[in-house]
This record gives sequence, structure tokens and C-alpha cells, in this order.
Amino acid sequence: MTIDDIKEILGAKMVVGDEWKDREVHTACGADMMSDVLAFMKDRSVLMTGLCNLQVIRTCEMMDIICIVFVRGKLPDDAMIEMAQEKEIAILSTGHRMFSACGLLYEKGLRGGTSYRE
Amino acid sequence: MSDTITMTYEVPADDFTRAGEASSKVKSKLKKMGVNPDIIRKVSIAMYEGEINMVIHATGGRINVIISAEEIEMVLKDHGPGIEDIELAMQAGYSTAPENIRSLGFGAGMGLPNMKKYSDEFLIESTVGVGTTVTMRVKMDE
Repeated sequence: MTIDDIKEILGAKMVVGDEWKDREVHTACGADMMSDVLAFMKDRSVLMTGLCNLQVIRTCEMMDIICIVFVRGKLPDDAMIEMAQEKEIAILSTGHRMFSACGLLYEKGLRGGTSYRE
Repeated sequence: MSDTITMTYEVPADDFTRAGEASSKVKSKLKKMGVNPDIIRKVSIAMYEGEINMVIHATGGRINVIISAEEIEMVLKDHGPGIEDIELAMQAGYSTAPENIRSLGFGAGMGLPNMKKYSDEFLIESTVGVGTTVTMRVKMDE
């Protein structure tokens, strides 16, 4: 599944990363607590979150997460957009709530990652 | 990569937006050096959690990173309140972070467990009223 596919499935707005929209996403996770995100190693992952601050971008940078979907129509501020551009992390914003957004992607075949050392 | 590289970072107090800057710089450095991405991720996550802890609990501190051919060593030293019961603090889910930190996405009680999980060697020393020092090592060959 590509970033562009996710955009289509979720009826999302592409905020950052139109130039990376053909990148492949392998796994997904949904969380509002960044330490929960950091507890699982992921590979070319997309993060769905209702949290909208600079540390979301930082967390994704550390995890090599390639795409963030903000749920419930949340939009990043300028500092977040700037950091995401610099770190090459695509940002989407969807009107769906967390549960629905995760469900829609799961239905289309996207799955969660595995825990590190599990 | 026979030389040893040392980097020192000051983690600013009470500035949540800047937390992670040091980890980001170390990550960039390791990338440029061509280190295995899995190892870079382990170092980045462990150090980032440590940086966040320093901002939340200890009004900042200092991080020393030493990169050698064998390993990456991170020493995080703060002069915060110290940890009374380290065993309890190491339990997943235990947190003393204030509610406003939880609303920022941290304080889930996963910081120290994550730091331990992603490092090959993990050492924590703390004295109440003096501060805390965390030493983490990630091996290059794992």
C-alpha cells in the first residue's frame, strides 16, 4: 500500500509529502501515547494519531516512520510541517476518528507491526 | 571507523518542544557514518526517551555520546530530584509524570523500560536530591 493509497482510502488531505506519495507503507499503528509508539519496532510504517504536537514528528523521526495520519481533522502547525519536510515524513489529515481510520486500512490489507524482541 | 567520536549535548530545562534535538543530531551523525539502520533506531529511541525524561523530571541535563568501532555509549546525567525506588520506576506503566505531560503524549510509564529494551547494556544510578545518571550502550555488531 502506498501513501497515496492511504490518502484515497481515508479521504484524507495531503498536508506534507506529495512528492513521496508513491512510497510503500508496510505496517501501521494507532496511538496517542508516543511512548507506546516507541515500544514497537516498525518497518516503513504509518502512524495514526489524535495527538498533534512537535513530539509526534520527533517520535516518527526516531522510529523511521514515513507517514503520519492525523485523525478527527487535526492539522499540524507550521513548525511541525517544517520538521516533517526536513525529515521526509508525509503528513495526512483525515476527518475519520481513530477506530474508523484504522479499520478502513485494515480492511484493505494493512497490518500492525511486531514488537521488538517479541 | 577506528577513531572514537565524542559528542556532548546540553538538554534545556522545561522546553518540551526542543526535547529530541540531541537525539536527532546523533541520529544524523550515525546515518552519515553508514551505521546499520536497526542499530541507529535503537540508539535514537533509547536516547530520545532519556531526553524526554530529562525535560519532564529533571529540568534538563547533559548527554555524552561516545561512538567507537564496537559500540555507542550514551551517558545521560541530570541534577534533578533523583529516583527513590528505581525498581518501581523501571516497571512498565509506572509513572510520576504530571497530567499535562500525558496530554502531550508522554508519561505512560514506558520511558525507562523502553530505554532498557533498546540498549544492550543499561545502568541507572540515582540519589534522591542529587540527580540521576543513566548509561546505555548499544553494540555495533548485533
